[in-house]
Amino acid sequence: MRCALPGFFLDSPAKAGAQGNRHDADPGPPLSRGNQGKATTKAMLLLLLALVLAPPALAVEPGEMLKDPALEARARAISEEIRCVVCQNQSIDDSAADLAADLRRLVRERLLAGDSDQQVRDFLVARYGDFVLLDPPVKPKTWLLWYGPAAIFLLALAAVAVYFRRRRGAALAPPPLSADEAQRLESLLADAGEGRGSP
Amino acid sequence: MTTAPDRPAGTRPRHLLYLLPVVLFVVVAVYFLVALYSSRDPQEVPSALVGKPAPGFTLAPLLPDLPGVARADLGGSVVLVNFFASWCVPCRAEHPYLGRIAKDGGLPIFGIVYKDKPDAARAYLAELGNPYARIGMDDSGRTGIDFGITGVPETFVLAPDGRICYRQWGPVTDDDTEQALLAKIKECRR
Repeated sequence: MRCALPGFFLDSPAKAGAQGNRHDADPGPPLSRGNQGKATTKAMLLLLLALVLAPPALAVEPGEMLKDPALEARARAISEEIRCVVCQNQSIDDSAADLAADLRRLVRERLLAGDSDQQVRDFLVARYGDFVLLDPPVKPKTWLLWYGPAAIFLLALAAVAVYFRRRRGAALAPPPLSADEAQRLESLLADAGEGRGSP
Repeated sequence: MTTAPDRPAGTRPRHLLYLLPVVLFVVVAVYFLVALYSSRDPQEVPSALVGKPAPGFTLAPLLPDLPGVARADLGGSVVLVNFFASWCVPCRAEHPYLGRIAKDGGLPIFGIVYKDKPDAARAYLAELGNPYARIGMDDSGRTGIDFGITGVPETFVLAPDGRICYRQWGPVTDDDTEQALLAKIKECRR
């Protein structure tokens, strides 16, 4: 078992590398005056790498973390999907708001009490409604939200199909005469047959 | 001639189709305008607890001569539960209204001090006066979470059966909001 200190979160190779690069970015002994230009480029590259790979600052404070890494990982996963009701476009995992910290602690408390992930989510939904879930649940009220885009796409597909079918039909043969048109044509032909000029 | 000049079949619907973008634009514009000019605050989270029984809690008293608040104290009659804190500036603005609402609404207000230092809360009440019939201290903020608050102040109207009947999100700092809350109190009484 590993310790639950911040280092625990840096155990993936990429993140561990980032941590190392941060120190490497300091111009250390190897970057002597002899090859200043190269050294500067190298330092810049390392700095760039460090910036790219640096893990984002965590809102989760060390004191909040659970000793059991498996539970802590579950807590983090849940927290990432829970909306901070104060700063609404952040998850409680990202938010530095007081209430977010309280909710993070609460999530961990429930997990320690033996709740399943779903039970923890239900616990929060009972208090704050579906709004606390960053991922809206699929239910009749949200069908339009979830299936609306697919429905619009199918509708558009149908419209395109109808359009092309009509166009092809029109190109192949003129539409048959309607009853009115047929009658008119007949009377015109009859008029012509009688040899009378137009009025 | 009696017949009107004939249009080739199928042109009429196509002309109407040209109007579709305009219609769509109008629909979207109206939707945006309504959203823009409605008084809805996007920060306001709809309460999940309206209509549900109040959560259980027992909070220690803040003042020596005033009892604390517990779930058992709710019910029987309509009661207002007001979450406040001395560090909360809108609470200060709301404060003068609370006494008036208690008087005009004819109901007790139970105060819950949300995450505050007891001394600071006592000084706050000594300075502004005390409109509360009971005051409990919610140090951990757990009762606040159980009530689903997203900040202070928030005020809950509790029906005689112990259910949460209405939640006032944010402070009451104008007469319109005060009247709206008093109207809700009247409704909850039924």
